[in-house]
Amino acid sequence: METNNLGKLYKDQECVVRQGDEGSCMYVVQKGELIVIDEQADNEVQLGRLKAGDIFGEMSLFEREPRSATVKVQGEAWVLTVDKRTLLRRIKEDPLIALNIIEILCRRIRTMDEETVNLKAGQGHASEDTV
Amino acid sequence: MWQKNNHGMELARRLSKPTRLPFSDHQLHDGSRIAVIGGGPSGAFFTYFLLKLAKRLDLNLDVDIYEPRYFSHLGPAGCNHCGGVISESLVQLLAIDGINLPPSVVQRGIESYRLHTDVGSVAIEPPLHEKRIAAVYRGGGPKGVTEVNWKSFDNYLLELAVKQGAQIRHQMISDVRLRDGRPCLRTSDGAEHEYDLTVVATGVNSHLLEQIEALDLGFKRPKTATAFISEFYLGEEGVKQQMGGSMHVFLLDLPRLEFAALIPKNNCVTMCLLGDDIDETLVETFLNSPEVKQLFPAETGVPQNTCHCFPRINVDGASQPFIDRMLFVGDSGVTRLYKDGIGAAYRTGQAAANAVLLGGVSAEDFRHHYLPACKKISRDNAIGKVVFWITGLVQSMRFSRRAILRMTAREQQKEGAHQHISTVLWDVFTGSAPYKEVFVRTLHPGFIIHLAWNLFLAITPFGSKSILVEERHGNQQSG
Repeated sequence: METNNLGKLYKDQECVVRQGDEGSCMYVVQKGELIVIDEQADNEVQLGRLKAGDIFGEMSLFEREPRSATVKVQGEAWVLTVDKRTLLRRIKEDPLIALNIIEILCRRIRTMDEETVNLKAGQGHASEDTV
Repeated sequence: MWQKNNHGMELARRLSKPTRLPFSDHQLHDGSRIAVIGGGPSGAFFTYFLLKLAKRLDLNLDVDIYEPRYFSHLGPAGCNHCGGVISESLVQLLAIDGINLPPSVVQRGIESYRLHTDVGSVAIEPPLHEKRIAAVYRGGGPKGVTEVNWKSFDNYLLELAVKQGAQIRHQMISDVRLRDGRPCLRTSDGAEHEYDLTVVATGVNSHLLEQIEALDLGFKRPKTATAFISEFYLGEEGVKQQMGGSMHVFLLDLPRLEFAALIPKNNCVTMCLLGDDIDETLVETFLNSPEVKQLFPAETGVPQNTCHCFPRINVDGASQPFIDRMLFVGDSGVTRLYKDGIGAAYRTGQAAANAVLLGGVSAEDFRHHYLPACKKISRDNAIGKVVFWITGLVQSMRFSRRAILRMTAREQQKEGAHQHISTVLWDVFTGSAPYKEVFVRTLHPGFIIHLAWNLFLAITPFGSKSILVEERHGNQQSG
């Protein structure tokens, strides 16, 4: 096992978070690739891909809702968990740190807007590059 | 453009604390010149956050970082005399900021802590069984090591600051003075440079702090104590066999020793002793203790260290870490007691950047926008002194060492058991939580009842049998 990676090693097809589960932490991909899936009754819809540096699971830090999607590893991946307490303690000290997360959420809304427009215009499928 | 600027500033001000408006017209403008003396973590973090926030505010600043050393160099030339541990909380906070420490910088992800006492040892697993503590080298690596397969942590942070637009000047600052109310720096070549703001991030071992104190403008240098850092070369396989992926900490009855650790790196082990003026006698006593010797190869014993130093460390922050147009971050100002110095550099660096841009650069601005962050660390250090006093008390009595070891071993063995003492020890050793939070956890009725029960067992003949089981368990684990 590599000794100088940080976080936790997840194996191929292992779920880091599962849709519908309770969650109290967010994650940062350190190495490897993961896919975001919406699990419906009869099929799975891939919503996007995550790579090193990407953040996911942050919605459950701010709302008391179950996980909105499943995140599964493709190949092997190192993923770092960020505790709710660590993040909120720091936001209390310096609220500007929340700007980083607001920026990520803004980017996602922008991407979703573009995809909605594309779908309504019937120009093609939703992008798989972002969540 | 003005409107965009104004809205950005207003939003950022409302998000920042405190929310009052600046006291003076000491504001930074497009083209303002800022000098950062010292390119260690506090200087690099300050610059990185300053330039990042300035971009959000559409402000162009001209930042020079004065750092005479090249951190890529091996040994003392690139070293910053520190254990090189990035705490669990800092690894997470950096990741949120988009700073994910690459494997080329991380010498080793720490898997667990192992507590050693004269009555046994026990492993303390991280709360999520995840590697969230990084062992790094601040410089290129210790003296005597020739293979350079990794990058220096300090160099990595400096590169981040440079990517944001800072310039590195590999020059020594020989003199700092105020000229018409503005900081004026003299470099070793005799040239003088005037700035709108100077940020001192030199650490405590710089002569500049004495010079600035002599200006008699309110700044008083931090109080210091002597620590000891040394490196032992074991080779990659040797480190794996002797230390594993654990950081080794010690609870030994050695007066003046507050904290001792062996930190596994890639092919070396860093030894770090903190306390009340560590000297060679104390170092020798520590190295000759059986608990330390057993961690080195039996055939060779403790090898000759490849390098060592007795750096001064900040144990009581500067009383006023700022004057007009000049502020002090990291060890030059206020840091955490004994632990997470790099985390304190991050916090003070970021607080200083926010204060400068959202408040201003006068002493009054710093008092209202920067001092609260420093005071928070200082207040927590006061509680930290109580925590270390209690730890010293536990260290000095054999039965209390037994009780702590037994209680920890029980919690670690039982799946799902409430981790009363394990989380307290974990946070004291790793520096991941404020001392106040650690102290409050020791007041939990469950903690007190379990500790009292284990103390009772440790002093009764009835309890000694079960304690022996823990001793054996601990020793087996350590083997």
